[in-house]
Amino acid sequence: MTPSNPSQHVQTHAIAVRITHWLIALSMLVMIGSGWRIYDASPIFGFSFPAWATLGGDVETALAVHNDPGVASAIAWHFAAMWVLFVSYLLYLLWGALSGHFWRDFLPVGPKSFLRDFLAAARFRLEHSLGEYNAVQRVFYWGVLALVALMLLSGIAIWKPVQTYPLEVLFGGFQGARIVHFLGMSLIVAFLMVHVALVILVPRTFVAMVTGHAVEPAPHVQTETVP
Amino acid sequence: MTLDRRHLLRGGFSLGALTLLTGCDLSDSDAVQRVLAGFSAWNDRVQAALFSGTRLAPTFAEAMAVKDFRYNAWYGAEKAPDLKAAEYRLMLSGLIADKRPWTVEQLYALPQVSQVTRHVCVEGWSMIGKWSGTPLKTFLERVGADTTAKYVGFECADGYYEGMDMPTALHPQTIMAFRLSDEVLPRKYGYPFKIRVPTKLGFKNPKFVTTIYVTNIRPRGFWTDRGYNWFSGI
Repeated sequence: MTPSNPSQHVQTHAIAVRITHWLIALSMLVMIGSGWRIYDASPIFGFSFPAWATLGGDVETALAVHNDPGVASAIAWHFAAMWVLFVSYLLYLLWGALSGHFWRDFLPVGPKSFLRDFLAAARFRLEHSLGEYNAVQRVFYWGVLALVALMLLSGIAIWKPVQTYPLEVLFGGFQGARIVHFLGMSLIVAFLMVHVALVILVPRTFVAMVTGHAVEPAPHVQTETVP
Repeated sequence: MTLDRRHLLRGGFSLGALTLLTGCDLSDSDAVQRVLAGFSAWNDRVQAALFSGTRLAPTFAEAMAVKDFRYNAWYGAEKAPDLKAAEYRLMLSGLIADKRPWTVEQLYALPQVSQVTRHVCVEGWSMIGKWSGTPLKTFLERVGADTTAKYVGFECADGYYEGMDMPTALHPQTIMAFRLSDEVLPRKYGYPFKIRVPTKLGFKNPKFVTTIYVTNIRPRGFWTDRGYNWFSGI
């Protein structure tokens, strides 16, 4: 979005973006935590997630009461949060496309500008201007949106391998869909780590995502001029 | 903007602490369990709508069927019920016209079909097997069951109990499986028969069935009573 004052950068977020952002964030965390508990019930790879990092209630209690390590509870969480994620994701896509948010703030983007900004960021030379997304951010946002779509599709393939069998075939079989679902989760977790680290570095972006408005304190200075 | 490592670390720690706080006990609260049960009931309705009585579960080449099928129960295989054909009787109850009990010999004389389908466990593992037996639909029609009723329920010799919606019970691949890998169903897999339903998760396939009943009241399920989703279609 264009700053009102050329020397001052402003970040604004529409209420629709803020609500869907936090619903997606919450449901994603629930899906990851419960997904790890479900994964542990029958690990695909040679490792398990520590129980404390997973969602689904106390494992010992569940084993004592139900003879089940809280997998029932984790599945209940997973298949509840999936609706919250699905609906808020669709609403966000709809709003982003119709309001012009996507075309205004996430485009244009190309390999050249991505490479330029990525190299600058790697050398800590990329200035973060509130209210303006650099090419790396734009690629990451498109990427994570695509990843959510991939997670929904591979998730449906695992949930309904009979009713949506062609979808499973697309992922190279039932096991293929499970592996894709796991890899998609890993990439989303990687995105979240970078995303949260950057928010911690530029806390005003957090203020903007909560209140809808944040202003850069001092006049905008290019870091490139600072040694 | 400079990279402030201390700031980053502090923020990271508070986030970690937040996760620890919420992760443990939230699931065990009654209010949370009620909300989750509400979503599970909604998922039952969605799954019933998604289910097609004519869409078949994928079938596989016979060579892909696993011979040494995975044993799965909450007790060890040595504790599996050891039912004897001489004493065994299948009891019928509920909305069924002819409730006379069935012997193993009578059951095994019914017309049979074979299927090589995939058993999908709620835990995530899956395994292809070959099962043979009578379509449940054929049996229900033969005993004069009211197939306009909503549910079919099962009770088992090991204390297990399950049930399913009538559309699934009438699905052509839902069978009373008398054989696994062309051999009479071995004791640990549910002799004299198990319900094989490839359109549902593994725990909806009860073994050692001793009673079949038809009802309009939704039958309870062993694992459903322990928090798993009731419909559990796949």
